[in-house]
Amino acid sequence: MFSEELEKISWEETTKAIYSKTEADVIRALSKSKCDIDDFMAMISPAAEKYLEPMAHLSRKYTEERFGKTISMFIPLYITNSCTNSCVYCGFHISNPMARTILTPEEIENEYKAIKKLGPFENLLIVTGENPAKAGVPYIAKALDLAKPYFSNLKIEVMPLKAEEYAELVKHGLNGVICFQETYNKARYNIYHPRGMKSKFEWRVNGFDRMGQSGVHSIGMGVLIGLEDWRTDVTMMAYHLRYLQKKYWKTKYSVNFPRMRPAENEGFQPNVIMSDKELAQVTFAMRIFDHDVDISYSTREPANIRDNMATLGVTTMSAESKTEPGGYYSYPQALEQFHISDDRTAAEMEKVLKGLGRIPVWKDWDVSFDMMGR
Amino acid sequence: MEKLIIAGRVFDSRLFLGTGKFNSNKNMEETILASGTEMVTVAMKRIELDNKEDDMMKHIVHPHIQLLPNTSGVRTAEEAIFAAQMAREAFGTNWLKLEIHPDPRYLLPDSTETLKATEELVKMGFVVLPYCQADPTLCKRLEEAGAATVMPLAAPIGTNKGLQTRDFLRIIIEQSNVPVVVDAGIGAPSHAAEAMEMGAAACLVNTAIAVAGNPVEMAIAFKEAVIAGRRAYEAGLGLKSESLIASASSPLTAFLND
Repeated sequence: MFSEELEKISWEETTKAIYSKTEADVIRALSKSKCDIDDFMAMISPAAEKYLEPMAHLSRKYTEERFGKTISMFIPLYITNSCTNSCVYCGFHISNPMARTILTPEEIENEYKAIKKLGPFENLLIVTGENPAKAGVPYIAKALDLAKPYFSNLKIEVMPLKAEEYAELVKHGLNGVICFQETYNKARYNIYHPRGMKSKFEWRVNGFDRMGQSGVHSIGMGVLIGLEDWRTDVTMMAYHLRYLQKKYWKTKYSVNFPRMRPAENEGFQPNVIMSDKELAQVTFAMRIFDHDVDISYSTREPANIRDNMATLGVTTMSAESKTEPGGYYSYPQALEQFHISDDRTAAEMEKVLKGLGRIPVWKDWDVSFDMMGR
Repeated sequence: MEKLIIAGRVFDSRLFLGTGKFNSNKNMEETILASGTEMVTVAMKRIELDNKEDDMMKHIVHPHIQLLPNTSGVRTAEEAIFAAQMAREAFGTNWLKLEIHPDPRYLLPDSTETLKATEELVKMGFVVLPYCQADPTLCKRLEEAGAATVMPLAAPIGTNKGLQTRDFLRIIIEQSNVPVVVDAGIGAPSHAAEAMEMGAAACLVNTAIAVAGNPVEMAIAFKEAVIAGRRAYEAGLGLKSESLIASASSPLTAFLND
């Protein structure tokens, strides 16, 4: 399990190593055809800030070699905002006095139909809070069953499950699981996740092993940028990615770098702000480090960043997303989990991407592949 | 230099030797000792199993050397398992270099039979080091079956052609959770050094040493090449000059300055 590997990597030492990287380290990393973690640390270090332009060129080159000029399109659907956790930065925080919804099967199906009217979406991401009693595995399985007639690739972003629960959901057409570790800083993890199941660091970080063991086809990873030093956190994620790739070698991986923005109200203020330049730097570094990993940008990012990065390393994007349950049809007014920056429609996004010389790919999978032999 | 660990045994030397093709057992022994190797493979078919005083064995057995019987000559998983049991009995070791090559001309390993035999032999308690094609998927399957190492070939055995399978060896090394020993086809110390620079855990050499003008001197050359390659790998190789892109006329990152 990865928690055992993580014990061997010191957060403080890693941070120190990243900040002591020199330009020579960066140049060496950029000249290699295969980079290791040490090279990755060099590329995300302050020493690499001057090398953004060559990094952008390399990132584009490797991306086009592997993915051509395609951008895979997906759309998220929140089916419930009920949650028993109290993550200090999250809109779904248990103490947040917001209206809670668990969509009924009829409502879920209405959402699917409404999404299909937005664009030719085939990649669906079903999102829930953590409420195993009222919106647990059977509820998620039902949502998957209902989705099959409408979508050809089904992913979930839900609480970490047991291996047998993931395997059970695969029988219902599950293709992939996305889970954000939020932070790999174990010593400070509970400051942000004080109560509920999410407070159990090992359970969450080893969830990726359980996904691998259950044989899901794709695993999505991410750290929430804004909690701890992002450089150390993404380095830990790079370790984790390498570990998973070697162990669960039949699985496809994707990474995300969701950035928190400063709150305008009295909400949680991020401890660190990642600039646009730094987001670009970490994206280029990830692509140069791993030519094959999917890099996903959601509508959390502003339009100009998404458009520019669509030709420089990003391979997966969402469009016209709503982050409130039932946001496409049933409850367009409910409170969202986080604020969307890019609110262009799917049709607009398609046009923009084509204008950038990129083909939006809506379907590149079939749900029958997930259920074969099971 | 980092020590190599296979199935719990620690090795200082990352050069493994084969024992075929030498012009005398005495010369073979001198070569083994000069090479500093701690792992020597011997074909079961060469040994008189009933004869405790077998001349070849007398020249191989030394306290610092892990004996690695191999199944050279078998053509199927079934034959390999039988041979493995005999080897365990005769040599008193559960270490085994699994070689299944039904084709007597090129001695190319049979991937299907090798995987099947590895699965069985691991269950029977053998420490299995399979000789195999430089096939990254096969190597992952062998690892999952419990192989202690994988031993992909660099080129057809005995050809001395060097790392013909370079691109695949790179992928195997990148993906492997068990030591990758490059076996077969290494014809010169520079080939061994290149494999080690790539991150191979060890090299197995036979023909290039055994048929050299002076096997003892060649063994020393390989010993030094393996050390040099490994040191270079651990030290981190420097940059190749052509690859860093000069500043472009149309910057891709101008949007970040807005």
